[in-house]
Amino acid sequence: MPKLYSGAEIVFKCLEDQNVSHIFGYPGGAVLPIYDELKNFNSIKHILVRHEQGAGHAAEGYARSTGKPGVLLVTSGPGATNAVTALTDAYMDSVPLVCITGQVPTHLIGTDAFQECDTTGITRPCTKHNWLVKDVNDLASVMHKAFEVATTGRPGPVLVDIPKDIQFQKGKYKNFKKVKKLNGKSHDNFSQKNIDELVKLISKAKKPIFYTGGGVINSGPKASELLRELVYATGFPITSTLQGLGCFPADDNQFLGMLGMHGTYEANNAMYSCDLMINVGARFDDRITGKIDEFSPKSKKVHIDIDPSSINKNVKVDLAIVGDIKSVLTSTLKTFKKTKNNFSKSNKHQTSNWWEQIQKWRSKRSLDYIGNEETIKPQYAIERLYELTKDKDTYITTEVGQHQMWAAQHYKFNKPNRWMTSGGLGTMGYGLPAAVGVQIAHPKKLVVDIAGEASVLMTMQEMSTAVQYNLPIKIFILNNEYMGMVRQWQELLHDKNYSESYTAALPDFVKMAEAYGCVGIRAKTPEELDDKIIEMLNTDRPVIFDCLVDKQENCYPMIPSGKPHNQMLLGPKDQKDKKITGKGRTLV
Amino acid sequence: MANSKSAYSFAGKKQKLDTHIIVVWVDNEAGVLARVVGLFSGRGYNIESLAVAEVDQKENISRITIVTTGTPQVVDQIKLQLKKLVPVHKVADFKREDKNVIFKEMALFKFVANNVKLNRAFEACKKFNPVLLDKTTKSNVIQITALRREIDNMSKNLKKFGLVSVSRTGAVAMTRGSEIFK
Repeated sequence: MPKLYSGAEIVFKCLEDQNVSHIFGYPGGAVLPIYDELKNFNSIKHILVRHEQGAGHAAEGYARSTGKPGVLLVTSGPGATNAVTALTDAYMDSVPLVCITGQVPTHLIGTDAFQECDTTGITRPCTKHNWLVKDVNDLASVMHKAFEVATTGRPGPVLVDIPKDIQFQKGKYKNFKKVKKLNGKSHDNFSQKNIDELVKLISKAKKPIFYTGGGVINSGPKASELLRELVYATGFPITSTLQGLGCFPADDNQFLGMLGMHGTYEANNAMYSCDLMINVGARFDDRITGKIDEFSPKSKKVHIDIDPSSINKNVKVDLAIVGDIKSVLTSTLKTFKKTKNNFSKSNKHQTSNWWEQIQKWRSKRSLDYIGNEETIKPQYAIERLYELTKDKDTYITTEVGQHQMWAAQHYKFNKPNRWMTSGGLGTMGYGLPAAVGVQIAHPKKLVVDIAGEASVLMTMQEMSTAVQYNLPIKIFILNNEYMGMVRQWQELLHDKNYSESYTAALPDFVKMAEAYGCVGIRAKTPEELDDKIIEMLNTDRPVIFDCLVDKQENCYPMIPSGKPHNQMLLGPKDQKDKKITGKGRTLV
Repeated sequence: MANSKSAYSFAGKKQKLDTHIIVVWVDNEAGVLARVVGLFSGRGYNIESLAVAEVDQKENISRITIVTTGTPQVVDQIKLQLKKLVPVHKVADFKREDKNVIFKEMALFKFVANNVKLNRAFEACKKFNPVLLDKTTKSNVIQITALRREIDNMSKNLKKFGLVSVSRTGAVAMTRGSEIFK
């Protein structure tokens, strides 16, 4: 007779066997048996958040900075619905999460019981899969399957809904076996023929570009190494999506910067004019492609992705390679080295015109801005933050809006898993709880949330979590008193009708920091900025840094809506020049 | 720029729509139909008809047959998205015009009329394997199997014979010949 365990014990035994060391959660009626069991499992540390959305984003930050799945534990009803935003966010950005929710006892399901909701129904479209466990003897296998689904293939969130009576009932525990393919959902589905074709395209290309995305990061640090090796071996230029930043060193000459709506002039023009585009783990998102009918009209397109449904979803490609980036790049490098030794040198003349053209685009210096001695320009603040933190192994999270784009443009990432931002869903309020999760995973490292004052107020309560666990996260607020990106669109597209985008009655962030029991710092002028940042970095406690920046600054360059890549709108400096020559109008 | 007030791109050209029959083999478990149907509604795909039932009791497998319309790109997406669902085992896709595939729908017709009309109604159904399931002096119920459009036409044309109620299934499909879909 095997030993019987309660459902609550089984949950923790599964977490133990899955090597989970931290869970983020919030107790409530329908998960109390699980919380009761917490004391018996010392290897698992519970982080008490202040809102379930915070638990979700913290778990996301944890997962994205470590590559391990993030785990959250919340109660039924409102606990589950509060987690939905984070689950959707993780689904869009392919972050592995395991969400455990309590549910009302089985006999009450469907009776509109207290704190009941159809959790599996509500979360069906925002998880890879979810389970309602109705038999305690299924619990162990469901839990292990949940981890498997979350972490294999294209990663994503899963949810296990456990009714309270199941948590009490006794059942058998089964450890998991390393199983074969997940229901035929294996993802390495490419052949040597695909690789040969790719190598052939590489050797023929005159205007090539690598377009890389979050898939490289999700494939593990080794994938980033392989990518670097391939990019150096080919001598080709490379651009990255928002989520892919860090998989290639941003200060390298072959890196053209981020592409897309707020990407650099050189990256977007290179995407438009190239003859070979090698998409490595990106998904042709609409913020990247601009007008789809005119997206890179003259190129052969190669798409390497682990998710077969990403192929040909938005953009038709000429060569699809379905597989894990790591294994595809390994095979590619092997073939490439065998057949094209010393390629980057021998091929130099073939791409020299292309590089010349890229240098011309580069000379536009599209990220430049007009500095000011009295007010802090937000770009300047990020530049200074970068300069003062680049020697540390810094982890950056962001909220959503102008500050996020400025961070992506001006903070230079050299390693994968150092950049956590909500790209797909664009969730304001993501960065602060994500920073909590990152700091939990990396207690000794510097973790900075580059924030906007509007976003950060959405999940500000998690400062309390940071204080409780002594997490010295730095909340670096670029405070312009506006929902900046909203204001920018209103300025450019809605005749400066700034409808509801100004936040009157903002709190005093310094006093707020003090009220939470952390440290508040305010910077008002460019002159004092460096000293204040250094003060922040020298503070071994959570800090809210209120950086008062120019209220009117817009984020450039940008691709206006419905325009292709080669019709970018450049910053005020360039617009002024353009007015003189009269050419600027064609850009607008 | 002045005429574009959206942060999103504009819809591209409308492409030609094809009708496809998608067959999905799934684990017969709670909520599986909602997952499949939810995928369609969530991503804006059409469902013209739907038929679902368990086909393998030992293995607990259900077969879902969905008639849908979409551009070739959308139909491809439907298949690939379906294959990603955890309880989905395999997905087959046939064009409606495909000669190697049999499609059938079933319909039940109830007629209330005099004997002459009732006989004529049965006569009119002759082409579609009619089965007389119920008969009284005033009414009868006839089962037919046919293609969707044929049933559409029949339900229109039989009004004059006292057709008062129609109940019909979604299409089911099977390949001709000895081959089966792996």
